[in-house]
Amino acid sequence: MSALNRLQITWRAAQDIDDGQVVNLGIGLPVHCSDYLRPDVDVILQSENGVVGVGPLAAPDKADTDLVDAGSRRITLRPGASIIDSSWSFAMIRGGHIDVTILGAFEVAANGDLANWDMRVPNRGPLVGGAMDLAACAREVRVIMEHVTRKGAPRLLEKCALPLTAVRCVSRVYTDLAVVDVTPHGFVVAEMVAISRDELQAKTGAKLTFAPDCKVLTAPAIAEQP
Amino acid sequence: MPIDKRATLADALDGVSDGATVFITGFGGAGFPNKLLRALRDKGPKDLTLVVNSATHRYSVTHELIAADLVRKVICTAARGHDKEPSAFETRWMAGKIELEMVPQGSFTERIRAGGAGIPAFYTPVGFGTELTQGKEIRRFGDRDYVMETAITGDLALVRADTADRLGNLVFNYAQMNFGPAMASAAKLAVAEVRTISEDLLQRERIQLPGTYIDRVVAV
Repeated sequence: MSALNRLQITWRAAQDIDDGQVVNLGIGLPVHCSDYLRPDVDVILQSENGVVGVGPLAAPDKADTDLVDAGSRRITLRPGASIIDSSWSFAMIRGGHIDVTILGAFEVAANGDLANWDMRVPNRGPLVGGAMDLAACAREVRVIMEHVTRKGAPRLLEKCALPLTAVRCVSRVYTDLAVVDVTPHGFVVAEMVAISRDELQAKTGAKLTFAPDCKVLTAPAIAEQP
Repeated sequence: MPIDKRATLADALDGVSDGATVFITGFGGAGFPNKLLRALRDKGPKDLTLVVNSATHRYSVTHELIAADLVRKVICTAARGHDKEPSAFETRWMAGKIELEMVPQGSFTERIRAGGAGIPAFYTPVGFGTELTQGKEIRRFGDRDYVMETAITGDLALVRADTADRLGNLVFNYAQMNFGPAMASAAKLAVAEVRTISEDLLQRERIQLPGTYIDRVVAV
């Protein structure tokens, strides 16, 4: 078995981003997708703080403390970028003007329900940010996550146990073990690493079916930063 | 008499009283009116309701108002601290000393925008079926369910911008803009903290928020 590491999962998700799309990459792991876009693909990266046209991270000596994305990363702008206020930015999201969002998650249910905003940490306040807006209103919602929790419990479930972010919104899930589509018939495995179907099913909390052309999930070697 | 909204930090918050609802700009590290926040802390009005994206952002000094026990309630989208120890907000919230209303960020900013735009409520698909919208009115339009969200208005907006002129026209630096236009429009008194106030009136092409929304500008 050769499970993907976290950056390899983002690489795999990035391969499905198409030329010309408007894309919002979630805070945390998903923002790394922009490092692995196919070379022929030109996209507009929107960040919900109002940046339309996020460019690469800024070099430390060139960074402007006011030029940041929603995750507080100091960024640059791509040529042709613009910046709008939060109300307009979320009107853009709610109005269906974001083609694809890629989000992290704790759990995804077989009907597409998503739980990614509140892991109920003891002694910590909640944090929702723009997750619900993106999940409910992007034209397509894709998720990146580990297939199971650190304790080995499945994250792909019949029904989410954690508080929901949005209902019936996820279309595709990329994990370290598989690419899984959410369909009207539940989870369908499109790609999986070289393990048995029984083993993948055992790590999944809902019934899996396998696409007739189910492929082997591979990714180029990418070293994970410590 | 020519309009002149220039003020000093010492008089920028004149008229702010106990129980005020206070908007505070800033998101993603940009656009925090930290000098005005410290001036408000020093002035010390009590029982404030803060309307702020994050109660705990590391670059904002919002937490100093909370630590000074001036705050009764926070309406926000993020309330998680960053350090090992619970934040000033979290300790008070867990002890039941401060009320929290958590709102999805797009609904948060749209509720404020609506408040400044004369719209008392609106329907949004965001949050349907989640615990953040429990108890709110649900209405179906077409084939989708929507949640009714009500407008937020307030007494004071503290807005960070880059450049102003004496009319209160504002220019923001990059992502400083975030909640500034919405918050300024929804408050009875809108005070902008800026890097500089231009001697000349700003050119139309540069102005991102008309000065009609701003009551006082302070260069810091």
